[in-house]
Amino acid sequence: MSIAAVIDISLLVFLGLTAFAILKLRALFAVVMLSSVFSLVSAALLVHLDAVDVAFTEAAVGAGISTVLMLATLALTSRREKAPTRSQALPLIVVFLTGLALVYGTLDMPRFGDPQAPIQVHVAPKYIADTQSEIGIPNIVTAVLASYRGFDTLGEVTVIFTAGIGVLLLLAGFIREPEGLRVQTMDHHLVLRVVTKMLIGPIMLFALYVQFHGDFGPGGGFQAGLIFASAFIIYALVFGLENARKAVPGRAVRLLVACGVLLYGGVGFVSFLFGKNYLNYSVLGVDQVAGQHLGILLVEFGVGLTVAAVMVSTFYAFAGQNQPISDEDW
Amino acid sequence: MTALVTDAVSWAFLASGSFLVVVGALGLIRMPDFYTRLHAAGITDTLGADLILMGLMVQAGFSLVTVKLLLIGAFLFFTSPTSTHAIANAALTAGLNPRIADGAGAGTDSAAPEGDGK
Amino acid sequence: MFAVTMAALLAAMILALGRLYLGPTLYDRVLSANSFGTKTVLLIGVMGFLTGRPDFLDISLLYALLNFIGTIAVLKFFRYRTLGDGVNPDGDGP
Repeated sequence: MSIAAVIDISLLVFLGLTAFAILKLRALFAVVMLSSVFSLVSAALLVHLDAVDVAFTEAAVGAGISTVLMLATLALTSRREKAPTRSQALPLIVVFLTGLALVYGTLDMPRFGDPQAPIQVHVAPKYIADTQSEIGIPNIVTAVLASYRGFDTLGEVTVIFTAGIGVLLLLAGFIREPEGLRVQTMDHHLVLRVVTKMLIGPIMLFALYVQFHGDFGPGGGFQAGLIFASAFIIYALVFGLENARKAVPGRAVRLLVACGVLLYGGVGFVSFLFGKNYLNYSVLGVDQVAGQHLGILLVEFGVGLTVAAVMVSTFYAFAGQNQPISDEDW
Repeated sequence: MTALVTDAVSWAFLASGSFLVVVGALGLIRMPDFYTRLHAAGITDTLGADLILMGLMVQAGFSLVTVKLLLIGAFLFFTSPTSTHAIANAALTAGLNPRIADGAGAGTDSAAPEGDGK
Repeated sequence: MFAVTMAALLAAMILALGRLYLGPTLYDRVLSANSFGTKTVLLIGVMGFLTGRPDFLDISLLYALLNFIGTIAVLKFFRYRTLGDGVNPDGDGP
């Protein structure tokens, strides 16, 4: 057995073990920690399967934001999972049958990495052959994501936009800002404050690198937005929500949520005005490649803006739920 | 000849790093209470991680990869001890007592923060 | 040699996972999740060298930068006791 197969199998076993532990434990904090481990292992597995862009997204979500949001949700609910009251035989049978059907379905799938699989012979050869001449950027994933499949990505951004609006609406009754809302600063944690202060700059710089390096390597708007939001979230965690709101007011963040989608849609509209199809960036520059470069840059920026703003405003909405507690109480 | 030296140096780094990582993980699972586990995980993870990264740097030579590895090492060097410090601080404030030789004050779930009102 | 380091890291990861499952305190779990994160950073790094394409260190870099956010979030929410089943020390909880 090759080393690659050993790594694949052990990581898969890790995933299985983690999932089983998540099912087994009823203390929900342990489950939050385990799901962060689950995300770490899946990122490693995706890197090993060569899906680096997907791994990057998984890492950007799992490294901080998903833990923070899950904790924020726990703050509003209970710390322990309730023991089931009814018999679990029927759900077990349903799940078992569904699993069986899914496994049966995989029998018809082509082998992993089969060059003759339908997905490899449909449009993929065209993307691989034409990206260099038509788009002119080294990372084909970004070319497909932002240009060839620009409509799909616009749809995804709209989904994030809608989800963000939905969360804000659900929690809207509770959003009181900015006074009366405070998450304690961590004044006594000198080490934490100093290290955080040192790290916020590099995190933001790294987010910008990921945003603009997406043409050349793994990365792009989605990942950059998440990393950017992480920087704000860590600031709010350590220096207090009030201070974070002073730096970036909630109203401004909510405005940016819409701005990102608007930028994406607007780029498509401009190409409309030049008499081309929607989201055909070729007309934006002096020649096709320059136009594609500019278009991809703009839409990726729109994606990053929306993702970052949705994450930050969701965090604001959740963190604002915590009751203010004075210093004497802990 | 240089290739041999490079390989030997990097292997020495990698081997000692791997050894420390495994020892740290063993300590994490075998030590009797939270603070001793903290010691095993915190200290050994920092040194083990940096040794492995150094081994990789020697392999990579002078390139962008080395710069990235240096950055990873630097960030781990700051964040890892900070997290362990924060965890230890939080555990102590929450009333989790270190386990003393006679077994008194063993850390259990009852010492989780909800039990302690201050 | 990379394979040996890889094996060591995988073994260490499974031990950390064991501590994460066993607990018993919250702090043990946070500690082992944090240490699992460090090991994943190394694993992804070594994996790049093992497959001969060490270009994907950005992901390791990302984890090295962001891994402690989750830890701090857990500790913060615990420290300020805002997660205790909605019970607020002020007595005016939700």
